[in-house]
Amino acid sequence: MIAVSKNPVVDTVAKLVVVAIAMFAFVFVVMVPLYNVLCEALGINGKTNAQAYTAVQTGIDESREITIQFVATNNQGMPWEFKPSVTIMKVNPGASNDTVFFASNPLPDAMVAQAIPSVSPSRAAEFFHKTECFCFNQQPLDGNSSAEMPLQFIVDRDLPRDIKTITLSYTIFDVTDMVSGAVATR
Amino acid sequence: MGDHHHGPAKGLTRWLFTTNHKDIGTMYLWFSFAMFILGGSFAMIIRAELFQPGMQLVEPAFFNQMTTLHGLVMVFGAIMPSFVGLANWMIPMMIGAPDMALPRMNNWSFWILPPAFLLLASTLFVEGGAPAFGWTFYAPLSTTYAPPSVTFFIFSVHVLGLSSIMGSINIIATVMNMRAPGMTYMKMPLFVWTWLITAFLLVAVMPVLAGAVTMMLMDIHFGTSFFSAAGGGDPVLFQHIFWFFGHPEVYIIILPAFGVVSQIIPTFSRKPLFGYDSMVYATASIAFLSFIVWAHHMYTVGMPVAGELFFMYATMLIAVPTGVKVFNWISTMWRGALTFETPMLFCMGFLVLFTIGGFTGLMLSIAPADFQYHDSYFVVAHFHYVMVAGAVFSMTAAVYYWLPKWCGRMYNESMGKTHFWISFIGFNLAFFPQHFVGLAGMPRRIPDYALQFADFNMMSSIGAFIYGASQIMFLYNVIATIVSGKPTSDEKTWEGAEGLEWTIATPAPYHTFETPPAVR
Amino acid sequence: MYFEAKRLLKLALGFVLTVMSVASAGVLAAGDKMNELNMSPGVTALGQDIFDLHMLILWICVIIGLLVFGVMFYSIYYHRKSRGVTPATFHESTKVEIAWTVIPFFILIGMAVPATSTLLEIYDTDDAELDILITGYQWKWKYEYLGDTGENVSFFSNLRTPQSEIYNSADKGQNYLLEVDEPVVIPVNTKVRFLITANDVIHSWWVPELAVKRDAIPGFINETWTLATEEGIYRGQCAELCGKDHGFMPIVVNVVSQEEYNEWLGAKQSEAAEIKELMAQNFTLDQLMERGKGVYERSCLACHGAGGEGGLGTAIAGSAVATGELGGHLEIGINGVPGSAMQAFGGQMNDVDMAAVITYQRNAFGNNMGDMVQPIDVFNHKKG
Repeated sequence: MIAVSKNPVVDTVAKLVVVAIAMFAFVFVVMVPLYNVLCEALGINGKTNAQAYTAVQTGIDESREITIQFVATNNQGMPWEFKPSVTIMKVNPGASNDTVFFASNPLPDAMVAQAIPSVSPSRAAEFFHKTECFCFNQQPLDGNSSAEMPLQFIVDRDLPRDIKTITLSYTIFDVTDMVSGAVATR
Repeated sequence: MGDHHHGPAKGLTRWLFTTNHKDIGTMYLWFSFAMFILGGSFAMIIRAELFQPGMQLVEPAFFNQMTTLHGLVMVFGAIMPSFVGLANWMIPMMIGAPDMALPRMNNWSFWILPPAFLLLASTLFVEGGAPAFGWTFYAPLSTTYAPPSVTFFIFSVHVLGLSSIMGSINIIATVMNMRAPGMTYMKMPLFVWTWLITAFLLVAVMPVLAGAVTMMLMDIHFGTSFFSAAGGGDPVLFQHIFWFFGHPEVYIIILPAFGVVSQIIPTFSRKPLFGYDSMVYATASIAFLSFIVWAHHMYTVGMPVAGELFFMYATMLIAVPTGVKVFNWISTMWRGALTFETPMLFCMGFLVLFTIGGFTGLMLSIAPADFQYHDSYFVVAHFHYVMVAGAVFSMTAAVYYWLPKWCGRMYNESMGKTHFWISFIGFNLAFFPQHFVGLAGMPRRIPDYALQFADFNMMSSIGAFIYGASQIMFLYNVIATIVSGKPTSDEKTWEGAEGLEWTIATPAPYHTFETPPAVR
Repeated sequence: MYFEAKRLLKLALGFVLTVMSVASAGVLAAGDKMNELNMSPGVTALGQDIFDLHMLILWICVIIGLLVFGVMFYSIYYHRKSRGVTPATFHESTKVEIAWTVIPFFILIGMAVPATSTLLEIYDTDDAELDILITGYQWKWKYEYLGDTGENVSFFSNLRTPQSEIYNSADKGQNYLLEVDEPVVIPVNTKVRFLITANDVIHSWWVPELAVKRDAIPGFINETWTLATEEGIYRGQCAELCGKDHGFMPIVVNVVSQEEYNEWLGAKQSEAAEIKELMAQNFTLDQLMERGKGVYERSCLACHGAGGEGGLGTAIAGSAVATGELGGHLEIGINGVPGSAMQAFGGQMNDVDMAAVITYQRNAFGNNMGDMVQPIDVFNHKKG
């Protein structure tokens, strides 16, 4: 063990102070990134890819049919109308699929939304690849206007065989304040 | 050699500027008792509102402030400082050291506490009220949806954490470097061992709590999104970080209590502690295991099943070293020559009731069953059994046990025994019925409840009032002892007591062991 | 003599405590739910498995407790100094220590096996016949029945217990705090999958008799399931502190026959059509006030006060909004106030209820504006 100081008390104290500071740093530098990495890598908590997935040609597995269920939720204070164009879609693993979500801003002012995806069962998340998604970016909408927001995805052929239904849920949040630089406290 | 000491200074400045471990210990103990009364008052308000179904006394929002502050004040203001105070008083004497390793930092460790709690208590009087999100302050209730006072709460927690970290560094430095010659680690009293291990836990996890509240501060004031899904964050991340601190925290609360009981039971059994070595190893195992079980507080959050299984198995394992300790305490009593003065009565209460709390803990560790127990009164019953009948009974035993050494006077034994019996009855009446209502489906942190829970809630409230009232008797006994108790100058107050603190004069002189003793 | 009595008293109390724990293990309140001592196995196979596991662990703990406390009480009585005993000096025994480390370890393994299989049951959401999306709000639940096509049946479920019962000016009903205006209805013997999320803070959906509890986390979706084998009404509560009315957002699930369920679903779907018809009607002020009062109590009172005096929310009595321009008032009711706690209620109630409650607010609490809102006004406002 390295001695920081000849005085044994100072030596002990110095080392313990380092431990305390290291544990504080551990929270920010290790725990947060580790949590995010594990979530993304293992699909824990249903987090799916946050950037576009580059498709790899693997061919379509016609022997399996997976039911994809789309769910739309508004977070508190979000007045937009927001819903999927279809609620159920049957897909084959490996195939590229397209759908759209409808969003409509009923207020007179322009607003910006952020859609956050969540997949259930959470272990399916790492096999659900979005090649194009309105959730990758913030979605602005002028007052009293609406939009069709595209989603393109592939279900990986390696999806565990016991999973037959995947639910993709989007929650839209009002991030107008965050975008403008003001801090949103409620 | 020691003739430049003239005894303690006079007046208020003695207490403000003291670096003496006995003075600082005394201040911690009185402060923690005041916090115990404050947190207890919040509990009385809670139990008064829950006395009957319907809202009678307070509004739901205020009720949530009471439950939050009750938890925060009891954990951080009453239990933790009380054991730190005990550590300050006893560790130097038990290891034959003249004082703590860092006496001036010791003064600071104490004196930042009253302002921190003043800050926390002041939130009751600001607009928006005090924190009302539970002592576990989950996001986003504690971030996006928090009252303005949350910032004071965060600052207060930072200061409390700093106090604990400084105190723990002091304890480790003292125990590692200032033991009398001949006192190897495996000759130290178990109270010193449990505090040494607790101090390491504190240094490791208090900074994690600081990290969690700093991240809250950043989310609330600086536009980050650690815990907000809108910005790509996750409320569950908060729970992981909090409980990574929170689980070791509960062992931080109970390990020194184990140490106290390990000192007192041998004394009143007139027999050495059974299995000293395995007591040390069991304490160390509990401390180590405490780092890998945190998510058993989160079984219903939606974790993948593999994670749930891991945390369930690891949590169940903690029963093994804990069981070892209970068996060792009973084996210490076995074929001893037992007497049941007040300290021993509280230890007997501890042994039975903490074990019951341990059993409900084992039940809670079973993840599928926990889906029915989680966030119900069954959990509330469990943690009050281990924290009140565990830690608080142990601290009460410690005060009765060492008070004569501290002030040179004997407490009133009949009043002490009465205090024990009323506490025991009141405590069990308060918390045993909570197992029933929890199993029957009553959630926690609610100010009002369905009619089928009414009778047991009324019982529970009566028990709580009885327990609360008996603490006034305790306060009276302590003050009366200090002021006009029967003087005693027996070095060894208790016939079976062993340890360095029982070799010095009673009351303990202001400075002790300025020359280290020889330890065989 | 005094000390003898004290010791026997302690023994007796210890015995009573042990008996209480044994009694609690074996007694199930028959029928009536008052003063239940134990968990209910409920009406699902999973619930029964959880209950059996709970009882297994409890009995193991009781038996170990009896043994351990038995030894302890024996020692308390027989090893007292006042009996003239001399204390022994032994303080270790490696054999014994190994035994009481290893034996508990094996007992734990015995517990872990059934615990593992029951946990795997909880996570098995496959092959459900019905999916319901549950969203926790401050302080109510929203239920949406996910179908293959078209408009999903969707409704909010609010506490129905009146404030008068809560504040003790009326007698409490039998289902005090456990009753709602719109229960969840599911068919018996059908595996139902619940998708659970939240609108604002973390909530938790708990129905003990269906053996379901799962946290509702904003921005994330959790899934769980139930399969009820008996028709009946099952009540639960929110199980995660979510703000001031955490104790006032219960859950009621009606498990009914398949036929009844189909009828109910059909009725709900045509309710939407009925509301559309009501929309074309013109109501009188009295009709709107009566309906609006009920809506106000369910949806506005918690924040705006029984007399419109405000609280968590602004006052309605004499407010600039409620005595000001009608369009502005309607706008706030429908679209909320982004950035504040005032939610967009347009999505949470039908247009008839919205028309009624805005009318009520404008005329109650001394506001007396004399104007009123018809459902078609609400519909038109929403269309822009």
